[in-house]
Amino acid sequence: MMADLTDLGVKAIRDGVASGDFTAREVAEAFNAAVAGAAALNSFIVTTPDRALQAAEAVDADRSAGKPLGRLAGVPIGMKDLFCTDGVQTTAASHILEGFIPRYESTVSRKLWEAGCGMLGKLNLDQFAMGSSNETSYFGNVTSPWRKADGANTGMSPGGSSGGSSAAVAARIAPAATGTDTGGSIRQPAAFTGICGIKPTYGRCSRWGVVAFASSLDQAGPMARSVEDCALMLEAMAGFDPKDATSLDLPVPDWSAALDADLRGKKVGIPREYRMDGTDAEILEQWERGKQWLRDAGAEIVDISLPHTKYALPAYYIIAPAEASSNLARYDGVRYGLRDLPERGGLQDMYAQTRAAGFGDEVKRRVLIGTYVLSAGFYDAYYTQAQKVRALVARDFEQAWTQCDVILAPTTPTASFPLGSLSDDPLTMYLNDVFAVPASLAGLPAMSVPSGLNGEGLPLGLQLIGRPLGEQGVLNAALAIEQRAKFAARPDRWW
Amino acid sequence: MTNYRIQGSTGEWEVVIGLEVHAQVTSNAKLFSSASTAFGAEPNTQVSLIDAAMPGMLPVPNRECIRQAVRTGMAVEAQINRWSRFDRKNYFYADLPQGYQISQLYHPLVGEGQLTIDTDEKAGIPQDKRIGIERIHVEQDAGKLMHDQHPTMSYVDLNRSGVALMEIVSRPDMTSPAEAGAYVRKLRAILRYVGSCDGNMEEGSMRADVNVSVRRPGEPLGTRTETKNVNSVRFVMQAIEHEARRQVEVIEDGGQVVQETRLFDPGTGTTRSMRSKEDAHDYRYFPDPDLLPLELDDAFLDECRASLPELPDTKRRRYTEELGLTPYNARELTAEVETFARFETLLRRTAERLGKSERDVATQVANWALSIAPGVINAAGPDADPAHATADAQAEILSLQAAGEISGGQAKEIFEIVLKTGRAAAEIAETEGLKQLSDTGAIAAAVDQVLAANPDKVAEYRGGKDKLFGFFVGQTMKALKGQGNPAVVNELLRDRLDQNA
Repeated sequence: MMADLTDLGVKAIRDGVASGDFTAREVAEAFNAAVAGAAALNSFIVTTPDRALQAAEAVDADRSAGKPLGRLAGVPIGMKDLFCTDGVQTTAASHILEGFIPRYESTVSRKLWEAGCGMLGKLNLDQFAMGSSNETSYFGNVTSPWRKADGANTGMSPGGSSGGSSAAVAARIAPAATGTDTGGSIRQPAAFTGICGIKPTYGRCSRWGVVAFASSLDQAGPMARSVEDCALMLEAMAGFDPKDATSLDLPVPDWSAALDADLRGKKVGIPREYRMDGTDAEILEQWERGKQWLRDAGAEIVDISLPHTKYALPAYYIIAPAEASSNLARYDGVRYGLRDLPERGGLQDMYAQTRAAGFGDEVKRRVLIGTYVLSAGFYDAYYTQAQKVRALVARDFEQAWTQCDVILAPTTPTASFPLGSLSDDPLTMYLNDVFAVPASLAGLPAMSVPSGLNGEGLPLGLQLIGRPLGEQGVLNAALAIEQRAKFAARPDRWW
Repeated sequence: MTNYRIQGSTGEWEVVIGLEVHAQVTSNAKLFSSASTAFGAEPNTQVSLIDAAMPGMLPVPNRECIRQAVRTGMAVEAQINRWSRFDRKNYFYADLPQGYQISQLYHPLVGEGQLTIDTDEKAGIPQDKRIGIERIHVEQDAGKLMHDQHPTMSYVDLNRSGVALMEIVSRPDMTSPAEAGAYVRKLRAILRYVGSCDGNMEEGSMRADVNVSVRRPGEPLGTRTETKNVNSVRFVMQAIEHEARRQVEVIEDGGQVVQETRLFDPGTGTTRSMRSKEDAHDYRYFPDPDLLPLELDDAFLDECRASLPELPDTKRRRYTEELGLTPYNARELTAEVETFARFETLLRRTAERLGKSERDVATQVANWALSIAPGVINAAGPDADPAHATADAQAEILSLQAAGEISGGQAKEIFEIVLKTGRAAAEIAETEGLKQLSDTGAIAAAVDQVLAANPDKVAEYRGGKDKLFGFFVGQTMKALKGQGNPAVVNELLRDRLDQNA
């Protein structure tokens, strides 16, 4: 048996299981053990080693019987705890859903199980996916496996909201994980932890069974340590779902087979508005390096303008909370989850107490913002205006596609930050998503790929944004960077 | 124009009424889920994960509900909006699992339309009147709270949660309770013709929010109140009467009508305040981000139009113009779907049996269907089985009568026996002796006997006293025990009496 099955990625595991180099059960056992040994990261809310083993045994049995294997047969993964999983607690990292066990399976997770994946557990996240540091979870923050090189052992943020996913994949306690991205929740944590993550075009992955944050923005996507692994995962996750009215009725391309880092004939746009004040100099340096790598891969670099970029973040922080304030109204203590009914209290008291006790501060903040911007007298000034901005941001991109095929930008304005350092400063925290949000508003595919370490030894990521349905272009450009960045750093094990 | 007025202590007041009718769309599944919509099921047995608003559940529009609303719009001559959108109406209540109702505020499915309420002099509607329809939109129904199941808690039944409703909003074009009643009845008839709502007000399939204001004749509109969830035509009229009178009293007492939502109490026929404008919810409407805008194509609209049946007004016109029925009969026959359906079947069968045109037998069939048959059924008592009153059985009776084989009276007697036994009409006529005597010989003998017994009357008749003809008919029929075919009796009598003139 190989010593380090946990060092393997999705493709290596799948191929190794298929060819009999090791069994799926061996893989599952190795990752189960790694998960059990990494409790200090707090990346899982619930671990499900039995599920991982069951799935693995089924794959091994199929293989022995000579049956065809699924496209991801034998790959154990982590499932962000925003995906409803039949029979396994699903909380969205909130107290209000603590103990909630769905009797149904989200479309995306079901597709992954059907592809032969097994579940290692439910991954921690920012509560209801609201947050950029994974500190808003009711179940405690996730700690990044990465530490600064200064020897001070400061706990660092794994990013958010998919921080359990990013930490687990970076720490090699899962070869891949699901994430969801509403305004950067896949890309920012991927960048913070030196892994890849792609948010596909809005509508590629079904939202059915995913606890909603902001319906018009939420998209599921994979997080893994290579571009190819992301492509393989996304192929299994994506696809039309008649149960989601916003799902795209289109075939799923074979992205992994079509991966090609030769970018000759492709134009890469560099948006000048992404050169913002407050962006880390080292990030700007990485961006320059990224341009060079893509040029080296044959692409032509062109300057483009996305003039409404600076309005994207404010618009996002109106639209997303507005939708969230309505989406979260269902957590009322009546049918499931937490109920806090005070002695002699009526219905209104039950609502107030249940929601006061069940939601964390960041969730409350966004519900309040969202309620405010939708209120009579404010609706046009905020919500309608934000929708206009959203349309302008989308139009910026449409115009950009007349000049380029894919856009290269930083994923985040800074590297990871120490846990607790921004938790009292929501505005600075929100700024972390400044480069991620425009693609979310426009529903475009976007990916973060690791580009190197900064001077403090922390990973940095570059972002690729593609045309609608242009996942292949995004993946190809990311592959070109991956091949040249040769990012091989991994966090030293301290947990 | 109606002349309905409220007589206040300071003079006359006019009433202005607008109605928002909520009609449950007839469909097997709910607006955004596949759960059943059948009435009367055990609580919480028709609830999908979507209807219960479980985490991560998403609405998907049910095409049939949209189709029915579009057909309804077409039936009230309304503009159909090819592009419409669903909005969320946000508020908390225990019967509203999502915490919002999916409705259509900004871009409804159906725009401006109208319907005509019919002349009804007795009710104070001197002529036909058009009532404007502002819009029709589709939305989800809420669940139901049950307060009588537990001493301190309320129970929730989500069977209705997510059921599709059409909200049909009228213009404030009605000016009397009678007009409002006529509007609801007409709208109900149209919905039932179209098949988009069963119109069953007792089961809550149709209910109205009643907007009422009063003003002095000719003055601008007054402040209105909205009385919620009134569930019968009679209650709608009562609510308007009470509310209009109350408003007049408030104003005449020097007060002001408060814009508010009120509740109707069917027990007392009165309304009471539920909440004022100040405590009105801020529903924070916004476009539902789970749903794409609804876009209707030509094929869909064509199918909706092609599938519309003949509507009440057209049918009524056809009944008078083509079938030659009286306006009264035409109106009565077209008021309800069941009535015209029964009539048209019976008409077709009777005409077929007799080999005549429908127009030729329409009046006979209409009279039978509207007054004779119901009279017999009502009088027939408990052993009658209405299931025996098939179209075929009735057509057979009507054909026998039209052919002169049985009299009108015999037709009723035969029908009563049919109702009680299910036996065939012709067989009953034969075995029960319920046939007219058309045998010329027997009738001639009776006629001769009557004339011979009344020589003085014969002389008077022949002397010019024509009115005595009826006497001879009566005597002859008596002699024939009522079974003589009147036509034959008449013919022979006239023949004999005029013979020696």
